[in-house]
Amino acid sequence: MNHFDASPAIQTGCCPGAGLASMAIEVQDVAANNTADILPINDPSSYVIHGEDGQDRLHLFVDGIHCAGCIKAIEGAVALVSGVSAARLNVSTRRLYLAWEAGKVEPVDLLQRISARGYGLIPFDPAVVAAHDETQARTLLTAMAVAGFAAANVMLLSVAIWAGADWDMGPATRGFFHWVSALIALPAIAYAGQPFFRAALGALRHRRLNMDVPISLAVILAAAMSLYQTVLGGTHAYFDAAVTLLFFLLVGRYLDGQTRARARAAAENLIAMTVVPARVIDADGIEHSMPIGQVPVGALVAVSVGGRIPVDGTVVDGASDVDTALVTGETVPCAVRPGANVYAGTLNLTGPITVRSLIEPENSVLSEIVRSMEAAEQGRAKYVRLADRAAQVYAPAVHLLGLLTFIGWMVFTDAGWEVAMMAAIAVLIITCPCALALAVPAVQVCASGLLMRRGILLKTSDGLERIARIDTVVFDKTGTLTHGQPTLRADREHDDAALRQAARLARHSGHPLSRALSRAAGDNHGVVATDIIEEPGFGLQGCIDGREARLGHREWCGVAESIADCAAEDGDMELWFSLQGEPPVRFAFTDTLLDDAADTVRALKAMSIDVRLLSGDLGPAVHRAAQALGIENWQAETRPDGKVDHLNELKAAGRHVLMVGDGMNDAPALAAGFASMSPADASEIAQTAADAVIQGRRRMTVVDAIRTARIADRLVKQNFALALLYNTMAIPLAVSGLATPLIAAVAMSTSSVLVSLNAVRLRWLVRGEA
Amino acid sequence: MEVLAYLIPAALFLGLLGLGAFIWSLKSGQYDDLDGAARRILIDDDSRP
Repeated sequence: MNHFDASPAIQTGCCPGAGLASMAIEVQDVAANNTADILPINDPSSYVIHGEDGQDRLHLFVDGIHCAGCIKAIEGAVALVSGVSAARLNVSTRRLYLAWEAGKVEPVDLLQRISARGYGLIPFDPAVVAAHDETQARTLLTAMAVAGFAAANVMLLSVAIWAGADWDMGPATRGFFHWVSALIALPAIAYAGQPFFRAALGALRHRRLNMDVPISLAVILAAAMSLYQTVLGGTHAYFDAAVTLLFFLLVGRYLDGQTRARARAAAENLIAMTVVPARVIDADGIEHSMPIGQVPVGALVAVSVGGRIPVDGTVVDGASDVDTALVTGETVPCAVRPGANVYAGTLNLTGPITVRSLIEPENSVLSEIVRSMEAAEQGRAKYVRLADRAAQVYAPAVHLLGLLTFIGWMVFTDAGWEVAMMAAIAVLIITCPCALALAVPAVQVCASGLLMRRGILLKTSDGLERIARIDTVVFDKTGTLTHGQPTLRADREHDDAALRQAARLARHSGHPLSRALSRAAGDNHGVVATDIIEEPGFGLQGCIDGREARLGHREWCGVAESIADCAAEDGDMELWFSLQGEPPVRFAFTDTLLDDAADTVRALKAMSIDVRLLSGDLGPAVHRAAQALGIENWQAETRPDGKVDHLNELKAAGRHVLMVGDGMNDAPALAAGFASMSPADASEIAQTAADAVIQGRRRMTVVDAIRTARIADRLVKQNFALALLYNTMAIPLAVSGLATPLIAAVAMSTSSVLVSLNAVRLRWLVRGEA
Repeated sequence: MEVLAYLIPAALFLGLLGLGAFIWSLKSGQYDDLDGAARRILIDDDSRP
C-alpha cells in the first residue's frame, strides 16, 4: 500500500503553464476543490481492464483539477512513459482514461507520477458509473441535429410557399415544394421523434398521460394529414410546424438531460472519493485489495491510520481511536482495542488495526441505515413535478378540445371531414405544450448552472422545485454548521507555556485533539519531544527537556477524580497535560461553528423560515451552539430514527422541511425531509440521500439555493402563464379553422422563444436579490 | 422554374453534408468534453513536457 501526501502548496500551485487567462477562468472553480486531504493511492490492479488487444485500460477520478495547466501536468506526467498508449483527461467529468501495453507498465507507477504532482486519484469501474447517460445524450443530440436540419430546410420551402400564395406560385410548383418538404420531414420525424414516441407509449402502457402523448399525437397527425394533403395536391401542409415543434422540444429535452447528467457525474465523483477497496489478509498473511461488497464473513481486514473501516466487525489486533462522527454525529473519537466492535464507515485515527468482519456487508449497520433511508424515501416519491401536474390537466383538455373541434365541424358545417380534421390538427399543434415542455427545462438549466457555479450540485431533477416550497430548515450540528473537528477553546484559562510544551508532544499524533492543540500553539513551539510513545485510547508519553511528559486522558496523566469532575462540567472535550514536577493542566476543546453559520441562520429567519437544530451530540454542546446561532428550537442526543420522527411530526403539521446534514445518522432524515442538502465532505450515504450537495465551507449557499429555487419557481409559473395566455389567444383561431400553417408556425415559435427568454432572466433576478 | 429541380437537390445535398459532418464529429467524441476543449486551447504545444 502506498501512501502519498501531497501538500496543499503543490495542489494550489498547479498552474505553471496555463498563464493568467486560465487562472481567471478558474477562480470560480477553486471552491469546488476544498477537499484538503489528498487520499492515499490505492492499489488499482483490481480495476485494470485487460483488453484482448494486449492493451490494459484503467479509469480514474481525478481530484484537484483547476485549469489548463492541470491537463498538461496530468497527461504530461504519464503520456511519455514508454508503453503508455493513451492518457486522456475529461475535464467536464474529471475522469482520466489510461491505456498501456500489457506488462510494460506498472499501473501503481503511473498513479504515483500523477499523485506526486498533487492530484488525488481514485480508480473506478466504468461499467458501474452510468455509461448509458452518454449514449442517451448522444442520441438526443443526433436527433436534435436531424430535426434542426429538417426544420431549417422545410421552413425555407414553406416561406417560399407562403410568399407564393400571395403572388403567382402555380399549383405545380407548390405541389413540388410540398413533396420535397414531405421527403425531408417524414424521415426526420420518424427518426427524431422517437424519444417522444417511446415516452408516450410508456406512459400510455401505464394508463397515464404525460406531455409526450399530446406531442406525439400532434406530430404524427400533422405529418399524416399533411401527407394526405400533398397527395391530393391541397394548399395546406403542416410539415414545417411538425418538424420545428420537434426541434424545439428536443432542445428542451437535451438541456434537461445535460444538466442532470453533469450534476450526477459530479456527485458520483464525490462519492467515489470515499469508496476505497478493503484490504483483506488471507491465510498466508498476504494482503489483497477487494471491493467492500465482496468481503466474506470472518475475513481479516487491515485498516491503516487515516483509513476508513470498510466492514462491521471486532478488532483482533492493534489499538486505536476511531472517529465515529459520520455515523453517530459525536465529535469525540472513541478508543478501541482488541475485542471492541467497530462499524463500517468510521475513520481509524491513531494506530493500524486488524478487524475481523462479523457480518456480511449487506447486513451491516450501514446497510441498515440505507434501508431505513429507502423506507423514508417512499414518501418523497409521491411528489409530482409541476410540469407533470400541469400535463395531467392539460393533456386531456387538449385532446378533448381537438375532438370537440372535429365533431363540431362535422355536425354544424358541411365542409367535409378533411376540413374538420385540419381544424382539429391545428388545435393540437397550436395548443401543443411546446412552451410548457420548454418552460421548465429552460429555467432549470439556468438555475442549476447558476447554482453549480456557486458550489451547489443539484442531484435530483425535481429537487429545485421542492426546495422552492420549503418553510422550515432543520440543521444537523456536527460537520454541517460546525467544522466537525475540535479546536482549543480560547476563552478557557490555560498557561501559554504549558500549551507550547504540550504542543511539542501533540505534534507527533494524528488524533484530532492533538492536531487541534498543535494548531492552536502555532508553528514555532520548539523541537518535537523525544522518546514518544502513543498509547491509543489513552494518550502520548514523551520526554521534554529531560522531563517525562504525558498528554491525553485524565487517568493517563494521573489527575485526581475531584479536580477532573469539577472541570468536566461544561461538557467540553478535554486533554490533560502533565509535566514531571508540575501540576497537570487541562485543555478544553470545542467544535467551533463555521464562520457564516450565524449569518446563514439570520438570513433564513429574515426569509421567515423556521430554523431548527437536531443533533446526535451531547446536550451542553448543542445548547451552546444553538445559543450562538440564535436557534430556539433544538434537540440533542437524537438518534437517527428520532430525527426521522421529528421530521415526520413537522410533516404532519403541514410543514415543508429542508433537512441539511452530513452524517450517516442523518441519511434517513435527509431522505424523510421534503428536500435535503448535504455538504461535499459528508458521508457518501448522506450525499446519496440528498437532493443537492454543497461544496465548500460556506453555508450561505443554503440561502442562495433557496433564493434561486424560489425565483426559478416564480419564473416557471410565469412561463406557464405566458404559454397558457398564448394558447387561449390562438385557440379560437384554430377552432374556427382560420389558423393557416403560417399562423401555427409563428404562434408556436414565438411562444417557445418568449418562454426561453423569460428563463434567461433568472440570472439578473438572482443577481439583483443577492 | 425548371432550375428548382437542380437547385433544391443541390441545397439539400449541401445541408446533408453538414449534417453528416456534425454526426461524424459527435460519434468521434468531440462533444464529450466541452470544458476540456475550452481549456486545452490554452496549452502551448511547442513545449511538450
